[in-house]
Amino acid sequence: MSTPFYVSPQQAMADRAEYARKGIARGRSVVVLTYADGIVFVAENTSRALHKVSEIYDKIAFAAVGRYNEFENLRIGGVRYADLRGYSYDRADVTARGLANVYAQTLGTVFSSVGEKPYEVELIVAEVGRTADNDQIYRLTPDGSVVDEKNYVVVGGNADSIGNYLGQRHRVGMSLTEAVKVAVDSLARDPNGGSPRALTPEQLEVAVLDRQRFQQRKFKRILGNQLGRLLDGDQSAEADDEDDPAATPPSDE
Amino acid sequence: MEANTRGTGRLPAAFLTPGSSSFLDFLAEHKPELIPGRGGLPEGSVVEAPHGTTIVAAVFDGGVVIAGDRRATMGNVIAQRDIEKVFPADEYSAVGIAGTAGLAVEMVRLFQLELEHYEKIEGTTLSLEGKANRLTSMIRGNLGMAMQGLAVVPIFAGYDLDLGRGRIFNYDVTGGRSEERGFAATGSGSVFARGSMKKLYREDLTAEQAVTLVVQALYDAADDDSATGGPDLARKIFPIVSLITEDGFRRLTDAEVAETAVAITDERLTRPNGPQAPLI
Repeated sequence: MSTPFYVSPQQAMADRAEYARKGIARGRSVVVLTYADGIVFVAENTSRALHKVSEIYDKIAFAAVGRYNEFENLRIGGVRYADLRGYSYDRADVTARGLANVYAQTLGTVFSSVGEKPYEVELIVAEVGRTADNDQIYRLTPDGSVVDEKNYVVVGGNADSIGNYLGQRHRVGMSLTEAVKVAVDSLARDPNGGSPRALTPEQLEVAVLDRQRFQQRKFKRILGNQLGRLLDGDQSAEADDEDDPAATPPSDE
Repeated sequence: MEANTRGTGRLPAAFLTPGSSSFLDFLAEHKPELIPGRGGLPEGSVVEAPHGTTIVAAVFDGGVVIAGDRRATMGNVIAQRDIEKVFPADEYSAVGIAGTAGLAVEMVRLFQLELEHYEKIEGTTLSLEGKANRLTSMIRGNLGMAMQGLAVVPIFAGYDLDLGRGRIFNYDVTGGRSEERGFAATGSGSVFARGSMKKLYREDLTAEQAVTLVVQALYDAADDDSATGGPDLARKIFPIVSLITEDGFRRLTDAEVAETAVAITDERLTRPNGPQAPLI
């Protein structure tokens, strides 16, 4: 009987982390930052149907990078978790912290298990609060760690350099126009110091959690003309709710 | 490395299984006890519970109006004077419920969630037909309770964005669905309400006229059905009236409904039976 090769736990975990990190680094980044009225999500995404940013619940949104089928599966699981909890208890009892905890347990358990490939995804769960002080943004890494971020976070390839650029320019209380512009500028930068790329509305996926929205559900995608006007610095585009057919009025229950 | 993976807080398999975008299907698999009406009742038991009564709806040029009275009865007792029976299902549709109030409100809440759940998972809203079909499934699931006296019978009204007009769907206790042309009523006062609307309805109604029509119908239903409550001027309790147009769902404020109800009540002082339609 031969003795099996010994691999130290530290080495095994490092190998798995490196594996997951490579999967994530291949993807384009997602930028999440706070502005005066809520939280804005900006991602580079040319697909009109495969989203990186999605609604989870009234005040909670989800953003992810990495392997699509893995984070899509987690997104659907999150929607089911939130809807079940809101139905069993009350809509006010669904929180981003609870959802982040569920994701952390799921990611961490898989990461620690020898028999399964780790998730190649990095997640953001954000909740808009009654005031800016109550906004919450959680970043979850493949090993199940949860980081409670303040003001802004970047995940995906080149996250570090984009984050540095963003950190220098983010300001508390920015307008939506300013926030979107800063986010797009940071995504467009070449990490190797070359000239920045020009990103068009067709290449961007933008969504907001807007606490000023009168509907109970605060998530809204910014599409087409409205996005174009925001990128042109048109302040009046912020209030445009016309191209949002999926908006839902407050529940009368 | 052999981490114990039993009961470590991972999302249960039901949450991560690909497939249906229906919250009902998910509940049936993961927590069937949360579906209203699934518990069943012991044989021969009789339950007294508040019942809601009359719901009316009418299509007008540009949308649909749906309204409900405010009375709930339990046997010969008025259980509640200001019950709410009309709820938005989503932005472009609404449900009015007659039958067992407790089960009905829970079912509407689940239906709202069913539509929202589908939209969040799929990224697009269901068609109006699709919404109406989902409601069929939910009512059919309550058939066991209905056979023991705890029925839920709704009217589903919505604005069809594809066709550009309002539509009304009526249901029976088995979930059987029929689309109504023009107007519909359900509940114990529905016979009288439908008779009233039959004489007053016309196809070119404006939104304001449609509101008057449904309040007249509820008044007539209350006149003849003891389980239906008319406008209560003393307590300032008025029917719930909601409009659904291409701008979405909008519930009229009490002040708006009061204006119509007071005008109708004043007119009834001189003509107690209401407007008279020509014989020919």
